[in-house]
Amino acid sequence: MAVTRRLRVDPVACDAFGHCAELAPELIALDEWGYPVIDERPIPPELIGLAEAAVRICPRRALFVEETATAGGPRRGRSTPVRVLGRR
Amino acid sequence: MTTLDSPPVTQRLLATGGPEHAGLANHLAVHGTLPVPERRDRDFAPRLVAAIEQSGLTGRGGGGFPTGKKMALLAAQRRRPVIAVNTMEGEPASHKDEVLATSSPHLVLDGAELVARALGAVGIKVCVAHDRPATANALAFAIDERAAAGLLSVPTEVVTPPGRYVSGEESALVHWLDGGESTPTFRVEKPTILRVGGRPTLVDNAETMANIGLIGRYGPVWFREVGAPDAPGTTLLTVSGAVSRPGIYEIPLGTRVDRVLTGAGADSGIAAVLLGGYGGAWLGPQHFSSPLTPSAMATAGASIGAGVVVALATSSCGLAETARIAHWMAGESAGQCGPCVFGLPAIAEDLTLLAAGRSSHSVLERLCHRLDEVEGRGACGHPDGVVRIVRSALSVFADDLASHLRSGPCPGSRAHTVLALPGRDGGPWR
Ligand code: SF4
Ligand code: SF4
Repeated sequence: MAVTRRLRVDPVACDAFGHCAELAPELIALDEWGYPVIDERPIPPELIGLAEAAVRICPRRALFVEETATAGGPRRGRSTPVRVLGRR
Repeated sequence: MTTLDSPPVTQRLLATGGPEHAGLANHLAVHGTLPVPERRDRDFAPRLVAAIEQSGLTGRGGGGFPTGKKMALLAAQRRRPVIAVNTMEGEPASHKDEVLATSSPHLVLDGAELVARALGAVGIKVCVAHDRPATANALAFAIDERAAAGLLSVPTEVVTPPGRYVSGEESALVHWLDGGESTPTFRVEKPTILRVGGRPTLVDNAETMANIGLIGRYGPVWFREVGAPDAPGTTLLTVSGAVSRPGIYEIPLGTRVDRVLTGAGADSGIAAVLLGGYGGAWLGPQHFSSPLTPSAMATAGASIGAGVVVALATSSCGLAETARIAHWMAGESAGQCGPCVFGLPAIAEDLTLLAAGRSSHSVLERLCHRLDEVEGRGACGHPDGVVRIVRSALSVFADDLASHLRSGPCPGSRAHTVLALPGRDGGPWR
């Protein structure tokens, strides 16, 4: 069972301070209003540490890493969230 | 609002015949008594779930989710649930739930009661937006009638959340019922079971409930006698715009779009149809011969949504109309998510410039960029609805757009709007 990690943002909690994008431009861009546009593709292994640092730096605790288990077999491709990092 | 009786109309949901015949006595004369078991009957829930699943009924509030499947999820829960009848009707151009509630309130309550009895629910909350008093009064009156006749077996009450566009969205409604504001909430995962006071909560649209009231009586085979094989039953449409007989039509699903238009008295000069609602999509004339089924409409890039059909005359400007909708929708943001709060007014502004013929290709490029950027970034689907309708306008009215860019606005862009845009007070969320 493979685990996929994605960076996500809670848009209600996010207040556009933009610290995240400054820290992790590889994963986060800002839109014209200063809100994060997140690369929601699976985080490449070498950027996991950076993603977790972005989660920690967010003053609104709006960012989180979602882990999904991708099961094999006939249901391949279906994702079941197993764990969420960075949420209260 | 009138209920019209010209083809292609099939009277099922509206069989009792208009608000003046909405009383309990007439309801029972037309439909007979509701077949609910006398006592607690363990087989009742699986029987009802099976009947609804076989009927192929899907949600009539916009989501279109299979109703039986949703009910089966609730039936598997241990705690006794709460039943919420979603009669919020936040779409300004929709009046079908209002007409249903004022014409056949008992059919709506029958469906809610069947579901509540089957699932052993602790109560039924009939949710009507604050600014729809006729709907609330009709349902409250019907509840009193049932109580007086000794027919109310589950505690049932009408509650009136704020009448904002997004207040009827399931998570917003449940949030309000749970004592919060009627704003959508962000969840890491979309929960499969919504909860009020910790209890699992089934939210079904009023028209969906009324269909359950029919299926509970006449069965799934009867239900499927009308409609399309992949979309059985009837649906209520609110037809408005460039038609001589606007109103609420109950049509078999699968009815062609052009038959609905001619049935409502449209002439041949229809440039496009807005389908679904203000977060819906425009349909061009090449789709007018398509059947109104979820699959056919999906192919056309649209959805039946809440059953809104607005006919746009060739003399009107679809770009200007859409810009007005986009501005109104921007004002209906719940103000929680940056991309929605800032993105929607910016999108509306770009489209207004394009419609006014005071712009250039760079504005069009910026608009397309903004549509891509805002999509999917709200806590709820509100921004995505705006993205959908604006994108469909850019494609359906592409020729108009080109001529606006070339030689300024068309006369239609100054014409009066054909769309209902209520001035809402931006009132409280609680
Ligand atoms: S640091 Fe947090 S609050 Fe600031 S923009 Fe990033 S996600 Fe939003
Ligand atoms: S996307 Fe818009 S309407 Fe939806 S919760 Fe966020 S701010 Fe409110």
